[in-house]
Amino acid sequence: MTITEKVIARHCGRSRIAPGESVWVEVDILMTHDVCGPPTIDIFKREFGEEAKVWDPEKLVILPDHYIFTQNHHANRNVRLLRAFAEEHDLPHYYDVGSPRYKGVCHMALAEEGFNRPGSLLIGTDSHTCTSGAFGMFSTGVGNTDAALIMGTGKIWLRVPETMRFIFEGVLPPYLMAKDLILAVIGDIGCDGATYRAMEFDGESVYSLSMQERMTLTNMAIEAGGKNGIIAPDQTTIEYVHARTDAPFECVYSDEDARFYSEYRYDVSTLEPVVAKPHRPDNRASVVEVAGTSLDRAYVGSCTGGKLEDFQAAAQIIKGQEVVIDTYIVPATTEISNALRTTTLDGTTLWDVFVEAGCKMGQASCAACLGGPPDTFGRMQGNEVVISTTNRNFPGRMGSKQASVYLASPLTVAASALNGVITDPREVLV
Amino acid sequence: MESNVRGLAYVVGDAIDTDQIIPAEHLVYSLKKPDERRMYGRFAMSGVPVQVQGLPEGHVPFTDPDKYESRFTFVIGGTNFGCGSSREHAPFALTEAGAKVVIAESYARIFYRNTIDGGFVVPFEANEKINDQICTGDDLELDTRLGQLTNHTTGKEYLLKPLGDVAEILNAGNVFEYARQNGLIALSDGIH
Ligand code: SF4
Repeated sequence: MTITEKVIARHCGRSRIAPGESVWVEVDILMTHDVCGPPTIDIFKREFGEEAKVWDPEKLVILPDHYIFTQNHHANRNVRLLRAFAEEHDLPHYYDVGSPRYKGVCHMALAEEGFNRPGSLLIGTDSHTCTSGAFGMFSTGVGNTDAALIMGTGKIWLRVPETMRFIFEGVLPPYLMAKDLILAVIGDIGCDGATYRAMEFDGESVYSLSMQERMTLTNMAIEAGGKNGIIAPDQTTIEYVHARTDAPFECVYSDEDARFYSEYRYDVSTLEPVVAKPHRPDNRASVVEVAGTSLDRAYVGSCTGGKLEDFQAAAQIIKGQEVVIDTYIVPATTEISNALRTTTLDGTTLWDVFVEAGCKMGQASCAACLGGPPDTFGRMQGNEVVISTTNRNFPGRMGSKQASVYLASPLTVAASALNGVITDPREVLV
Repeated sequence: MESNVRGLAYVVGDAIDTDQIIPAEHLVYSLKKPDERRMYGRFAMSGVPVQVQGLPEGHVPFTDPDKYESRFTFVIGGTNFGCGSSREHAPFALTEAGAKVVIAESYARIFYRNTIDGGFVVPFEANEKINDQICTGDDLELDTRLGQLTNHTTGKEYLLKPLGDVAEILNAGNVFEYARQNGLIALSDGIH
């Protein structure tokens, strides 16, 4: 069996399962946020009664992150609804806005707070819940109805997916990041190339990556239609998890004779920096092909591109220079935001590197990654052309549906911010 | 699930993602309060770029301006319908606008699952590319049990793929009813 099959088998009390079977599994963690939390709670109450209790308060994690710093009355109401529910059910893992507990983008917060543990099964009301798979666990996104059923029973039905394996070999050159690898994969297999399937990432180049970079790979499994992304745990995983939680966990690995639906091999030393052109994540082009495309904005942020290492990469390019287009810096979480002020590059904090370069600094949240209310920080309002480290560029994703979004690595975005046109990071990396 | 559905077709292209079905800025309305809930019907499919709204001509809104219900019963798509975010607001918006059936060549997993588990629009898969054979405004009729689709405007007939084992959940109404009927939730749990 593959890791994905094994984790699902363990959670339905079976020793063997096969792809295609539908099974009811026990959920270890249910995550929800401010957009899908309130309607999930409505359905939970409708189905289980106004007085119903959450199946296990220890296993429910609520992270407001999407529409946080806005005057929008309805968005703010959503946060109040979450707060009231957390109080009513005495939920230990609610991370309230405006409190010292506030975290920011849910998928990063789950990792930072130790909710991602090898071998476990996590469901979230967000399509990028597949991010957690970087920890050798099964994680996938669902809608409000499924989440409400879990809230009441701790259970969900899952169809066991077939697994596609992506093997990366070789040493990653300094001008490439995990974002280039996953955009290459999505370009190869298409936005629906992995629909209903697990995407397992394997190979020495993957294990040479940090947890943050691994999460960039699994985060975008959904952009190929994948049900989950997964990476076998190793020492890097175990050290990260031990530093964040005392909770026990058990690592599982794909068997030698595990059956894969398909296998793709990449020699990373031969790959190039790539972008996804408007308006689809699989609309791949090498940066060389689109170099010189004129831009109005650059954006570094989101669960896939707003991690500390993403800013370290961008700062490395931007340091000591000035951006020539509006450049937005949005840390995914408060922890990352704080780290920007303490992590230095040649004696200057990353925060100062960006401020001195003329970037606009945002607060930890999803911000313009998904457009949001019109007053959202960095949101596209017209026909802007933007290069962004986010994960999705369908029409209107970042606000205005007239805007054009290029997806790229933080290195490519930073290099482009300096020139105002799409720029190959190899041109500016010293 | 109604055994026979008849109404007008609304045709769109490939990879209609959930931001096009219901743009993120509208996700703030309560699904419970009737005066807010109807906004989902009003803005359903409003994220589709205007030139491809209602193919082949385009520029046909799914819901007319200032209306809360659509005149279209069938949404006809291409590949990977409903890709993108996990928002259940997407199938909800189509249902709230009055649509009953989506027919596409293929679906993104979460959207498909949401339609079934939530008991919203019924997602049928076509055996062939049909969004270039059906025009917005065509008069369609579907026998949902046989998967037999008739286009009364062109006279063409299509046999759609069988719904498979998800039909059990569809027939139960939604995943809660299915879970109750199968003993996964005690019948005493909750209000029916
Ligand atoms: S940062 Fe973007 S992709 Fe990530 S959870 Fe927020 S809206 Fe979704």
